[in-house]
Amino acid sequence: MTVAPAVSADPTAVPQEAAQPGRWRRMPTKGKVGVVLSAVFVLAAIIGPLVTPYDPSYQNPSPSASMNAPSAAHLLGTTQSGQDVMSQLLVGIRLTLELGIIVGLVATAIAVIVGVTAAFLGGWWDELLSLLTNVFLVIPALPLLIILLGYLPNKGEAPTIFVLSVLGWPWGARVIRAQTLAIRNRDFVAASRETGERTWRIIAFEIIPNEVSLIAASFVNTVLYAIGASVALAFIGVADLNSWSLGTMLYWAESQQALQLGAWWWFVPPGLVVALMGTALVLLNTGIDELGNPRLRDASSASRIAGRWLKPADPTPVLSEISQRRNGLAGFLHSFSRSSLLEGAEPGEGR
Amino acid sequence: MSFIVRRLVFYLVAAWVALTINFFIPRLIPGNAVESIMAKFPNSLQPSAYRAIEAMLGVGHSGSIWHQYVAYVVDIFHFNFGTSSSEYPAQVSTLLGETLPWTIILVGTATVIAFLIGTVLGIAAGWRHGGSLDRVLPGLMFLQAIPYFFFALILLELFAVKLQVFPIAQGYSQGLVPGWHWDFISSAIYHSLLPALTIVLASIAGWMLQMRNVMITTIGEDYVVAAQAKGLPNRRVIITYAARNAILPQLQGFGLAVGFVVSGALIMEIVFSYPGIGLLLVNAVTSNDYPLMQGIFLVITFAVLLANLIVDLVIVFVDPRARAREATR
Repeated sequence: MTVAPAVSADPTAVPQEAAQPGRWRRMPTKGKVGVVLSAVFVLAAIIGPLVTPYDPSYQNPSPSASMNAPSAAHLLGTTQSGQDVMSQLLVGIRLTLELGIIVGLVATAIAVIVGVTAAFLGGWWDELLSLLTNVFLVIPALPLLIILLGYLPNKGEAPTIFVLSVLGWPWGARVIRAQTLAIRNRDFVAASRETGERTWRIIAFEIIPNEVSLIAASFVNTVLYAIGASVALAFIGVADLNSWSLGTMLYWAESQQALQLGAWWWFVPPGLVVALMGTALVLLNTGIDELGNPRLRDASSASRIAGRWLKPADPTPVLSEISQRRNGLAGFLHSFSRSSLLEGAEPGEGR
Repeated sequence: MSFIVRRLVFYLVAAWVALTINFFIPRLIPGNAVESIMAKFPNSLQPSAYRAIEAMLGVGHSGSIWHQYVAYVVDIFHFNFGTSSSEYPAQVSTLLGETLPWTIILVGTATVIAFLIGTVLGIAAGWRHGGSLDRVLPGLMFLQAIPYFFFALILLELFAVKLQVFPIAQGYSQGLVPGWHWDFISSAIYHSLLPALTIVLASIAGWMLQMRNVMITTIGEDYVVAAQAKGLPNRRVIITYAARNAILPQLQGFGLAVGFVVSGALIMEIVFSYPGIGLLLVNAVTSNDYPLMQGIFLVITFAVLLANLIVDLVIVFVDPRARAREATR
């Protein structure tokens, strides 16, 4: 997703802005916070490893350097073997975020391919691909990840990315298939088919552009999943333990008993960063959701309409506005949130 | 085909896919389990012992792939998951039987509690959209984003180490003999409180957010507006009109999320040294015990599928449309 820079607050520009508010303006506060937080982490991942004060793996042999509480020399203290926690954290953010983004890209690409193919080919292909999607959605991923990685001869970054991507696509595929099915029969697609457009052109120029916000949401979700899973895997030791990621930091902190020794500066920062990254991504996703579905927004007029302050006396004008708005992505989100497993169980859905 | 039969067929297919994946993984990347044992005793084991270890672990591949597959499926149906290499000569099924009850009781109860509380809070937040519960949403999102095991570490530090209200680890006090007597049961409950609290606190936000969003969408429906216009009491509108309908997607979401929650809870068990299947899994991973890992994968998958099936039965029970279709077809 793209975020337009904030427009200038020049009062003379106000009427123009009101007519065409920028995307940033329309973004709900939660979404803005999500964008800013995510940007901070991306920045930390890019710049971090270049400005680390120490080599994260350097073990200071002097006993006085072991288990230091945070100080000016070591902003986040040191580990038992005298390694600098701040340096490990900066390198770790890079590695974890990098892994999450690569997995997000690969898995979302698979999801788009599977979802669009299923919806477009229909018939047996659709049945088969949907079945596959649902099966992989219901099989718990983590134990499977563990055996797959357990059997692979090396547990470095590349196999982890591969395995996480292989198991990370079903959620996105399912949502994208549903959306494609919804758009496939719309007039503009029918029109381009009548004019003799090739199928790939219809998919690339008519279908995909209409799914951008959904694909973005799916990407953000996959990154979230990849970060969570990779940290959990590293925590139990299924990772390259010689590299510094947030997960391996937690692994070493746990295995060298940081908790029991009271070295909170050792295990709190990596966990906190994982949690903040997760929060940033969830907020980002909420922002994308609310952009598409005005009803979920708070503090706007919609909340009053949907909430209990609705006065039955004169609901018509506002309600009709909502049902109009529901045609696009919001309509889809609405239908998705209400249907899914019970296919065809929503009699009022097709209106 | 009725709804339940259709779902049953789907879960059977899913179980079969899991079985088949489990069958092919070691065959596509062969030799590891045996090699890990060989590596443990580099001096005492001759290379010729390779076949013997294979036979011992039941991983020797003889006959056509089809024969192996049939034998494998027959074994699984007899709960024969092979022999553990790290706790040799214990059978994988014995180890699973010892640990599974711990995990099912802890994770099952905690998940259901979290789901119920989260759903009720979600109904409240959705109804009073923009109210005080909405203001804590970002905090809940943060809570939800914390990895289970990290949350467990923090709670352990706070409640067990600093305040010493809860025991530090294990499933029951040392020296007690497991059995159906009060000493043991009370000790087990006491030891499970902190892990259960971790699961509840870490997963409650997810259920709440989901329910809130569906609730907001449902409240905008015409039938809810009509119910309000009729002058029905708020309580009735919330429960029988809005929540009753919003609960269906929530239940479906429960089915899909249960695998995720279980995965998180498994890792969390390590932090508490809880004698469940998660700890067993991690021990299997650290000692390269492949038969055990695979057995655990299958058992967890089947448990999750079963949980999904139960959720579907609940859906049929709650949703009159599903019930009506059950009756007519």
